[in-house]
Amino acid sequence: MSITVKDVQHVAKLARLHLSPEEEALFTEQMNAILQYAEKLGSLNTDDVPPTTHVLHVSNVMREDVVKESITVEEALLNAPDEEDGQFKVPAVLD
Amino acid sequence: MSLFQYRLSELHNLLHDSKISVSELTEESLSAVARLDGDIHAFLTLNEEGAKSAARQLDDKLASGAPRGLLFGIPAGVKDNIVTKGLRTTCASRFLDNYQPIYDATVAAKLRQADAVTIGKLNMDEFAMGGSNENSAYGAVRNPWDLERVPGGSSGGSAAAVAAGEVFFALGSDTGGSIRQPASYCGVVGLKPTYGLVSRYGLVAFASSLDQIGPLTRTVEDSAYVLQAIAGYDPQDSTSAKVDIPDYLGALTGDVKGLRIAVPKEYVGEGVDASVRDTVLAALKVLEDLGAVWEEVSLPHTEYAVATYYLLASSEASSNLARFDGVRFGVRVDDGSGLLDLYHNSRSQGFGPEVKRRIMLGTYALSSGYYDAYYLKAQKVRTLIKQDFDEVFKKYDVVIGPTAPTTAFKLGSQTEDPLTMYLNDILTIPVNLAGIPAVSIPCGFAEGLPVGLQIIGKEFDERTVLRVAHAYEQHTDHHKQRPQL
Repeated sequence: MSITVKDVQHVAKLARLHLSPEEEALFTEQMNAILQYAEKLGSLNTDDVPPTTHVLHVSNVMREDVVKESITVEEALLNAPDEEDGQFKVPAVLD
Repeated sequence: MSLFQYRLSELHNLLHDSKISVSELTEESLSAVARLDGDIHAFLTLNEEGAKSAARQLDDKLASGAPRGLLFGIPAGVKDNIVTKGLRTTCASRFLDNYQPIYDATVAAKLRQADAVTIGKLNMDEFAMGGSNENSAYGAVRNPWDLERVPGGSSGGSAAAVAAGEVFFALGSDTGGSIRQPASYCGVVGLKPTYGLVSRYGLVAFASSLDQIGPLTRTVEDSAYVLQAIAGYDPQDSTSAKVDIPDYLGALTGDVKGLRIAVPKEYVGEGVDASVRDTVLAALKVLEDLGAVWEEVSLPHTEYAVATYYLLASSEASSNLARFDGVRFGVRVDDGSGLLDLYHNSRSQGFGPEVKRRIMLGTYALSSGYYDAYYLKAQKVRTLIKQDFDEVFKKYDVVIGPTAPTTAFKLGSQTEDPLTMYLNDILTIPVNLAGIPAVSIPCGFAEGLPVGLQIIGKEFDERTVLRVAHAYEQHTDHHKQRPQL
């Protein structure tokens, strides 16, 4: 199986990236090479093998529900590219 | 005489006896940065005033006789993907060019609690993605042993700063070998602890199930000091392990009599340079002379590790980096055509090529129709790779091999071919997939360039890893060699 420029354009849309035509061509070639290499995993029979999502045996990790100070609005907005009235400002999504 | 000849324990004694002050030690580090970093380019942000101020406070503390922390007065560097309150943290990405964290990562807070002095933030591959440190948006780091060569990645700035003698130790992060491989290329000690031993709270996530913070130092003893200071359960990190922290310094006995070493044939076979292999075999002879025994074993799924890693790490990266959208922090490129375009434009201009490539690969591997074939399959193969280690550790105490198949390569020589670059990490990646600890220590030179010996241990058995590394170091002087700068 090989990846086409059209596939790369679709994945870029999912990944919220604009790619130049040069980047599309380069990524098509490089992703094909990498995925072709990854095909070697297909030669292993893993029918009865459980997946490892995490190496530690921890699950449902919870902290005590304790009320404490949170960060201030000023701190939250310290790195905001744009803000107004204590909120992050973004372009309108509705007319 | 330079203070950089001393180990941390020796510096402690000098400070205790008032032969030096923390301010003098800090000045020594800052002047080394001023003298050397134009060539090395290890630093992205220098914390000159902050470091001097901290040093003065520590000198006052010393004079008052108050109890001193484990890393008292020691100038250190921190990889720039570890957030530091009020100190610019960029991840070597244009995306975070002016990012000022509002909190400290747990390890940054622990350094402060241990009375270390943070000299600055260290260069790296953008978002820790890379094996050469050529992917920094601010320019590559250079290897102190040969300025035409890479220092390794992605903690290249951390390794180079320690090797060059700009700081006395540094923190790095290791997702597929990013502490050990640059340690190997730069001739320093790089420790990747067991996953979960050191808190990842405040580490800008690349691949969350693999990332682990660890120290880069000049000696194994120094490594044990830093690990002692940064290890421990952290309720702010849901992947932090609830384990007792042992005495790492006490493990450095120098005794390896009767130690059982496994040497995987896959780690010394085809693809590993003959000069690297010979250097590693000579190192095994040293351990043998000290009473250890070694045998060749097989880790049969090693050849699948790189493919497994790149599918899993890229998938996790594509998910982790989704938060970089130009809304709450970082680059915003708004051409007035709406919110979706703001996301696209900001990400496209904020991220460099390697980051985009991995986001694309990960998004593809997680996308509808391909999840089972790529992501789930890789998670299953990860189990097989972990089982390989489990099997070997039933009979052996440590696994030993080279850290990297070659010595440091020339800048620009592999940038056109990502797959070849990825294969440099073949000997370090399995350790991250299995979540176990490993250290890279200097074990000699091949054509004037450092070679790293990798010592891999059972999970949470850093004591044995450090004991073996220390025993080797005590009987060799490779770690005392310094680059001519």
